[in-house]
Amino acid sequence: MNAYLILDVVLLALLVLTAIATVEMRNLYSAVMMFSIYSLLMACFWMTMDAVDVAYAEAAVGAGISTILLIGTLVLTGSQETVRRAFSPAALAACLLCGALLVYGTLDMPAFGDRNAPAHTHPIYEGYTRQDVPKDPAGKSGQVAADHNSNFFHGHVPNQVTSVIVAYRAYDTLFEAVVILTAGLSMILLLRGRKGNPQRGGLL
Amino acid sequence: MRDNVLMRVIARWNIPFMITFGAYTQVHGELGPGGGFQAGIIVAAAFILYGMVFGLPDMRRIVPRRLTDVMALLGVMIYAGTGVYALAMGYEFLDHAALIESDPGAAEAWGMTAVEYGVGITVFAVMMTIFNEITEGTHEEGAASEG
Repeated sequence: MNAYLILDVVLLALLVLTAIATVEMRNLYSAVMMFSIYSLLMACFWMTMDAVDVAYAEAAVGAGISTILLIGTLVLTGSQETVRRAFSPAALAACLLCGALLVYGTLDMPAFGDRNAPAHTHPIYEGYTRQDVPKDPAGKSGQVAADHNSNFFHGHVPNQVTSVIVAYRAYDTLFEAVVILTAGLSMILLLRGRKGNPQRGGLL
Repeated sequence: MRDNVLMRVIARWNIPFMITFGAYTQVHGELGPGGGFQAGIIVAAAFILYGMVFGLPDMRRIVPRRLTDVMALLGVMIYAGTGVYALAMGYEFLDHAALIESDPGAAEAWGMTAVEYGVGITVFAVMMTIFNEITEGTHEEGAASEG
Protein backbone atom coordinates (compact mmCIF):
# COMPACT_ATOMS: atom_id res chain seq x y z
CA MET A 1 0.00 0.00 0.00
CA ASN A 2 1.15 3.49 -0.77
CA ALA A 3 3.00 4.94 2.23
CA TYR A 4 1.77 8.46 1.47
CA LEU A 5 -1.82 7.25 1.47
CA ILE A 6 -1.39 5.71 4.92
CA LEU A 7 0.24 8.91 6.17
CA ASP A 8 -2.58 11.04 4.75
CA VAL A 9 -5.30 8.85 6.24
CA VAL A 10 -3.65 8.84 9.67
CA LEU A 11 -3.07 12.60 9.64
CA LEU A 12 -6.61 13.38 8.46
CA ALA A 13 -8.13 11.06 11.05
CA LEU A 14 -6.08 12.75 13.77
CA LEU A 15 -7.14 16.17 12.43
CA VAL A 16 -10.83 15.28 12.66
CA LEU A 17 -10.38 13.83 16.16
CA THR A 18 -8.53 16.94 17.30
CA ALA A 19 -11.21 19.22 15.84
CA ILE A 20 -13.95 17.31 17.66
CA ALA A 21 -11.94 17.38 20.88
CA THR A 22 -11.45 21.15 20.55
CA VAL A 23 -15.18 21.69 20.33
CA GLU A 24 -16.00 19.28 23.14
CA MET A 25 -13.43 20.56 25.65
CA ARG A 26 -15.01 22.51 28.50
CA ASN A 27 -11.70 23.70 29.92
CA LEU A 28 -10.52 26.45 27.60
CA TYR A 29 -6.84 25.90 28.36
CA SER A 30 -7.17 22.34 27.10
CA ALA A 31 -9.08 23.62 24.07
CA VAL A 32 -6.22 26.02 23.26
CA MET A 33 -3.76 23.13 23.53
CA MET A 34 -5.91 21.09 21.14
CA PHE A 35 -5.89 24.06 18.74
CA SER A 36 -2.11 24.03 18.91
CA ILE A 37 -1.98 20.29 18.17
CA TYR A 38 -4.39 20.82 15.29
CA SER A 39 -2.05 23.42 13.77
CA LEU A 40 0.93 21.14 14.20
CA LEU A 41 -0.93 18.33 12.41
CA MET A 42 -1.84 20.76 9.64
CA ALA A 43 1.84 21.67 9.34
CA CYS A 44 2.69 17.95 8.98
CA PHE A 45 -0.02 17.70 6.35
CA TRP A 46 1.41 20.62 4.35
CA MET A 47 4.79 18.92 4.57
CA THR A 48 3.46 15.77 2.92
CA MET A 49 2.18 18.02 0.11
CA ASP A 50 5.67 19.58 -0.30
CA ALA A 51 4.39 23.02 0.69
CA VAL A 52 7.28 23.69 3.05
CA ASP A 53 6.82 27.45 3.35
CA VAL A 54 3.17 27.05 4.25
CA ALA A 55 4.05 24.37 6.79
CA TYR A 56 6.63 26.70 8.28
CA ALA A 57 4.13 29.53 8.63
CA GLU A 58 1.47 27.17 10.00
CA ALA A 59 3.82 25.81 12.66
CA ALA A 60 5.11 29.26 13.63
CA VAL A 61 1.78 31.10 13.60
CA GLY A 62 -0.81 28.42 14.34
CA ALA A 63 1.04 26.29 16.83
CA GLY A 64 3.30 29.01 18.19
CA ILE A 65 2.14 32.58 18.45
CA SER A 66 -1.65 32.15 18.35
CA THR A 67 -1.46 29.62 21.20
CA ILE A 68 0.51 32.13 23.25
CA LEU A 69 -1.92 34.96 22.46
CA LEU A 70 -4.95 32.79 23.27
CA ILE A 71 -3.41 31.84 26.61
CA GLY A 72 -2.74 35.51 27.27
CA THR A 73 -6.38 36.24 26.53
CA LEU A 74 -7.59 33.41 28.78
CA VAL A 75 -5.69 34.98 31.68
CA LEU A 76 -7.97 37.99 31.25
CA THR A 77 -11.23 36.18 30.55
CA GLY A 78 -11.07 33.08 32.73
CA SER A 79 -10.55 29.54 31.60
CA GLN A 80 -13.84 27.75 32.18
CA GLU A 81 -16.53 27.71 29.55
CA THR A 82 -20.03 28.29 30.79
CA VAL A 83 -21.70 24.95 30.22
CA ARG A 84 -24.49 25.36 27.76
CA ARG A 85 -25.23 22.28 25.69
CA ALA A 86 -28.38 23.44 23.96
CA PHE A 87 -28.93 21.45 20.80
CA SER A 88 -30.05 23.58 17.89
CA PRO A 89 -31.35 21.77 14.79
CA ALA A 90 -31.11 24.97 12.74
CA ALA A 91 -27.40 25.34 13.51
CA LEU A 92 -26.77 21.70 12.63
CA ALA A 93 -28.62 22.13 9.34
CA ALA A 94 -26.64 25.29 8.52
CA CYS A 95 -23.34 23.52 9.25
CA LEU A 96 -24.26 20.49 7.15
CA LEU A 97 -25.41 22.73 4.29
CA CYS A 98 -22.19 24.77 4.34
CA GLY A 99 -20.11 21.61 4.50
CA ALA A 100 -21.99 20.04 1.62
CA LEU A 101 -21.52 23.19 -0.47
CA LEU A 102 -17.80 23.20 0.24
CA VAL A 103 -17.45 19.54 -0.70
CA TYR A 104 -19.50 20.21 -3.84
CA GLY A 105 -17.12 23.07 -4.66
CA THR A 106 -14.07 20.84 -4.43
CA LEU A 107 -15.52 18.40 -6.98
CA ASP A 108 -14.61 20.87 -9.73
CA MET A 109 -11.00 21.19 -8.61
CA PRO A 110 -8.27 19.30 -10.50
CA ALA A 111 -6.75 16.29 -8.77
CA PHE A 112 -3.78 16.90 -6.49
CA GLY A 113 -0.58 16.92 -8.58
CA ASP A 114 -2.47 16.99 -11.87
CA ARG A 115 -0.09 18.14 -14.62
CA ASN A 116 -2.91 19.58 -16.69
CA ALA A 117 -4.37 21.69 -13.91
CA PRO A 118 -4.95 25.31 -14.97
CA ALA A 119 -2.36 26.46 -12.45
CA HIS A 120 0.31 24.63 -14.49
CA THR A 121 -0.92 25.34 -18.00
CA HIS A 122 -1.66 29.05 -17.64
CA PRO A 123 0.97 31.18 -19.45
CA ILE A 124 1.80 33.06 -16.26
CA TYR A 125 2.94 29.81 -14.59
CA GLU A 126 6.20 29.85 -16.52
CA GLY A 127 6.98 33.36 -15.44
CA TYR A 128 6.34 32.48 -11.82
CA THR A 129 8.41 29.34 -11.59
CA ARG A 130 11.22 29.51 -14.11
CA GLN A 131 14.39 30.74 -12.48
CA ASP A 132 16.05 32.32 -15.52
CA VAL A 133 13.27 34.76 -16.29
CA PRO A 134 14.55 38.15 -17.42
CA LYS A 135 13.25 41.16 -15.63
CA ASP A 136 10.79 43.45 -17.36
CA PRO A 137 12.37 43.97 -20.82
CA ALA A 138 10.66 47.32 -21.28
CA GLY A 139 11.81 48.72 -17.96
CA LYS A 140 15.08 50.46 -17.30
CA SER A 141 16.62 47.28 -15.94
CA GLY A 142 15.70 45.56 -19.21
CA GLN A 143 18.12 47.76 -21.11
CA VAL A 144 20.92 46.41 -18.98
CA ALA A 145 19.71 42.89 -19.74
CA ALA A 146 21.16 43.03 -23.23
CA ASP A 147 24.75 43.01 -22.03
CA HIS A 148 24.43 41.38 -18.62
CA ASN A 149 23.64 37.72 -18.23
CA SER A 150 23.03 38.32 -14.57
CA ASN A 151 19.85 40.25 -15.23
CA PHE A 152 17.91 37.14 -14.33
CA PHE A 153 16.60 35.72 -11.12
CA HIS A 154 18.63 32.70 -12.05
CA GLY A 155 20.88 31.46 -9.28
CA HIS A 156 20.23 34.35 -6.95
CA VAL A 157 16.99 33.33 -5.34
CA PRO A 158 16.63 29.56 -5.39
CA ASN A 159 13.49 29.65 -3.27
CA GLN A 160 10.65 30.24 -5.70
CA VAL A 161 8.21 31.12 -2.96
CA THR A 162 10.34 34.04 -1.79
CA SER A 163 10.89 35.02 -5.41
CA VAL A 164 7.16 35.16 -6.03
CA ILE A 165 6.34 36.88 -2.75
CA VAL A 166 9.03 39.55 -2.78
CA ALA A 167 9.82 40.12 -6.45
CA TYR A 168 6.66 39.44 -8.43
CA ARG A 169 4.25 40.50 -5.73
CA ALA A 170 6.24 43.19 -3.94
CA TYR A 171 3.29 45.56 -3.51
CA ASP A 172 1.18 42.80 -2.04
CA THR A 173 3.83 41.90 0.51
CA LEU A 174 4.52 45.55 1.34
CA PHE A 175 0.92 46.12 2.28
CA GLU A 176 0.82 42.84 4.22
CA ALA A 177 3.61 44.29 6.31
CA VAL A 178 1.57 47.48 6.69
CA VAL A 179 -1.44 45.41 7.78
CA ILE A 180 0.66 43.77 10.49
CA LEU A 181 1.91 47.18 11.58
CA THR A 182 -1.69 48.40 11.71
CA ALA A 183 -2.59 45.48 13.96
CA GLY A 184 0.17 46.48 16.34
CA LEU A 185 -0.88 50.14 16.25
CA SER A 186 -4.49 49.16 16.98
CA MET A 187 -3.38 47.17 20.01
CA ILE A 188 -1.43 50.19 21.26
CA LEU A 189 -4.26 52.64 20.65
CA LEU A 190 -6.98 50.40 22.11
CA LEU A 191 -5.29 48.69 25.04
CA ARG A 192 -2.31 50.79 26.11
CA GLY A 193 -3.64 53.24 28.61
CA ARG A 194 -5.76 50.94 30.70
CA LYS A 195 -5.39 51.46 34.41
CA GLY A 196 -2.14 50.54 36.05
CA ASN A 197 -0.19 51.14 32.88
CA PRO A 198 2.87 53.31 33.41
CA GLN A 199 2.82 54.28 29.75
CA ARG A 200 -0.73 55.55 29.85
CA GLY A 201 -1.81 57.25 26.69
CA GLY A 202 -0.26 56.13 23.57
CA LEU A 203 2.51 55.53 21.18
CA LEU A 204 6.19 55.97 22.06
CA MET B 1 5.56 30.14 37.41
CA ARG B 2 8.86 31.66 38.46
CA ASP B 3 9.20 29.02 41.17
CA ASN B 4 8.65 26.15 38.80
CA VAL B 5 12.08 24.57 38.38
CA LEU B 6 11.08 22.41 35.44
CA MET B 7 9.76 25.35 33.43
CA ARG B 8 12.79 27.46 34.24
CA VAL B 9 15.26 24.78 33.17
CA ILE B 10 13.40 23.89 29.98
CA ALA B 11 12.98 27.55 29.03
CA ARG B 12 16.60 28.29 29.76
CA TRP B 13 17.70 25.43 27.51
CA ASN B 14 15.22 26.18 24.73
CA ILE B 15 15.34 29.95 24.34
CA PRO B 16 18.87 30.14 22.85
CA PHE B 17 17.95 27.48 20.30
CA MET B 18 14.70 29.27 19.42
CA ILE B 19 16.52 32.55 18.82
CA THR B 20 19.22 30.79 16.79
CA PHE B 21 16.61 29.01 14.71
CA GLY B 22 14.79 32.29 14.16
CA ALA B 23 18.01 33.94 13.02
CA TYR B 24 18.67 31.01 10.68
CA THR B 25 15.18 31.35 9.22
CA GLN B 26 15.73 35.06 8.69
CA VAL B 27 19.17 34.81 7.12
CA HIS B 28 18.21 31.81 4.98
CA GLY B 29 14.92 33.32 3.81
CA GLU B 30 15.66 33.63 0.10
CA LEU B 31 17.57 30.35 -0.11
CA GLY B 32 15.17 27.94 1.54
CA PRO B 33 11.77 27.86 3.17
CA GLY B 34 11.14 30.54 5.71
CA GLY B 35 11.71 34.25 5.66
CA GLY B 36 11.09 37.37 7.64
CA PHE B 37 7.54 36.57 8.69
CA GLN B 38 8.30 33.18 10.21
CA ALA B 39 11.61 34.38 11.68
CA GLY B 40 10.00 37.34 13.41
CA ILE B 41 7.38 35.10 14.96
CA ILE B 42 9.89 32.49 16.15
CA VAL B 43 12.13 35.09 17.80
CA ALA B 44 9.12 36.83 19.35
CA ALA B 45 7.92 33.47 20.70
CA ALA B 46 11.32 32.97 22.34
CA PHE B 47 11.10 36.31 24.15
CA ILE B 48 7.46 35.73 25.09
CA LEU B 49 8.39 32.33 26.56
CA TYR B 50 11.03 34.13 28.59
CA GLY B 51 8.43 36.59 29.77
CA MET B 52 5.98 33.87 30.76
CA VAL B 53 8.53 31.90 32.75
CA PHE B 54 10.67 34.62 34.29
CA GLY B 55 8.06 37.37 34.59
CA LEU B 56 6.93 40.14 32.30
CA PRO B 57 8.90 42.95 34.01
CA ASP B 58 12.12 41.08 33.24
CA MET B 59 11.09 40.64 29.61
CA ARG B 60 10.21 44.31 29.30
CA ARG B 61 13.59 45.26 30.71
CA ILE B 62 15.29 43.31 27.89
CA VAL B 63 12.85 44.40 25.15
CA PRO B 64 11.30 47.69 26.27
CA ARG B 65 8.05 48.72 24.68
CA ARG B 66 9.61 51.87 23.32
CA LEU B 67 12.02 49.65 21.39
CA THR B 68 9.29 47.47 19.87
CA ASP B 69 7.28 50.60 18.95
CA VAL B 70 10.24 51.96 17.04
CA MET B 71 11.09 48.58 15.51
CA ALA B 72 7.56 48.06 14.16
CA LEU B 73 7.77 51.33 12.26
CA LEU B 74 11.41 50.79 11.27
CA GLY B 75 10.69 47.47 9.56
CA VAL B 76 8.01 48.89 7.29
CA MET B 77 10.27 51.86 6.58
CA ILE B 78 13.10 49.53 5.50
CA TYR B 79 10.73 47.77 3.12
CA ALA B 80 9.20 50.94 1.71
CA GLY B 81 12.64 52.56 1.75
CA THR B 82 13.95 50.09 -0.84
CA GLY B 83 11.07 51.17 -3.07
CA VAL B 84 11.61 54.87 -2.47
CA TYR B 85 15.33 54.44 -3.18
CA ALA B 86 14.46 52.82 -6.52
CA LEU B 87 12.16 55.75 -7.29
CA ALA B 88 14.92 58.22 -6.44
CA MET B 89 17.30 56.37 -8.77
CA GLY B 90 14.84 56.63 -11.64
CA TYR B 91 13.47 53.08 -11.51
CA GLU B 92 9.96 51.95 -10.77
CA PHE B 93 8.77 51.69 -7.17
CA LEU B 94 10.16 48.52 -5.51
CA ASP B 95 12.35 47.64 -8.51
CA HIS B 96 15.27 46.29 -6.53
CA ALA B 97 17.51 46.31 -9.58
CA ALA B 98 18.23 49.93 -8.58
CA LEU B 99 20.38 48.82 -5.65
CA ILE B 100 23.35 47.71 -7.80
CA GLU B 101 22.97 49.20 -11.25
CA SER B 102 25.71 47.12 -12.87
CA ASP B 103 24.30 43.79 -11.67
CA PRO B 104 20.49 43.79 -11.45
CA GLY B 105 20.30 40.07 -10.69
CA ALA B 106 22.44 40.38 -7.59
CA ALA B 107 20.65 43.61 -6.71
CA GLU B 108 17.39 41.70 -6.75
CA ALA B 109 18.78 39.23 -4.22
CA TRP B 110 20.03 42.07 -2.02
CA GLY B 111 16.68 43.80 -2.29
CA MET B 112 14.89 40.64 -1.21
CA THR B 113 17.23 40.28 1.74
CA ALA B 114 16.52 43.86 2.83
CA VAL B 115 12.80 43.32 2.43
CA GLU B 116 12.94 40.10 4.47
CA TYR B 117 14.77 41.92 7.27
CA GLY B 118 12.17 44.69 7.21
CA VAL B 119 9.30 42.21 7.43
CA GLY B 120 11.09 40.25 10.17
CA ILE B 121 11.65 43.35 12.31
CA THR B 122 8.06 44.51 11.95
CA VAL B 123 6.56 41.08 12.68
CA PHE B 124 8.79 40.59 15.74
CA ALA B 125 7.90 44.02 17.12
CA VAL B 126 4.18 43.69 16.47
CA MET B 127 3.99 40.22 18.05
CA MET B 128 5.76 41.56 21.14
CA THR B 129 3.40 44.55 21.19
CA ILE B 130 0.28 42.40 20.94
CA PHE B 131 1.49 40.15 23.76
CA ASN B 132 2.50 43.15 25.90
CA GLU B 133 -0.81 44.91 25.48
CA ILE B 134 -2.94 41.79 26.03
CA THR B 135 -1.16 40.79 29.22
CA GLU B 136 -0.79 44.21 30.82
CA GLY B 137 -3.15 44.94 33.65
CA THR B 138 -3.28 41.32 34.78
CA HIS B 139 -3.26 41.43 38.57
CA GLU B 140 0.37 40.37 38.92
CA GLU B 141 2.38 41.05 35.81
CA GLY B 142 4.32 37.81 36.05
CA ALA B 143 1.16 35.73 36.10
CA ALA B 144 0.61 35.50 32.37
CA SER B 145 0.89 31.72 32.25
CA GLU B 146 -0.86 30.78 35.47
CA GLY B 147 -4.29 29.21 35.43
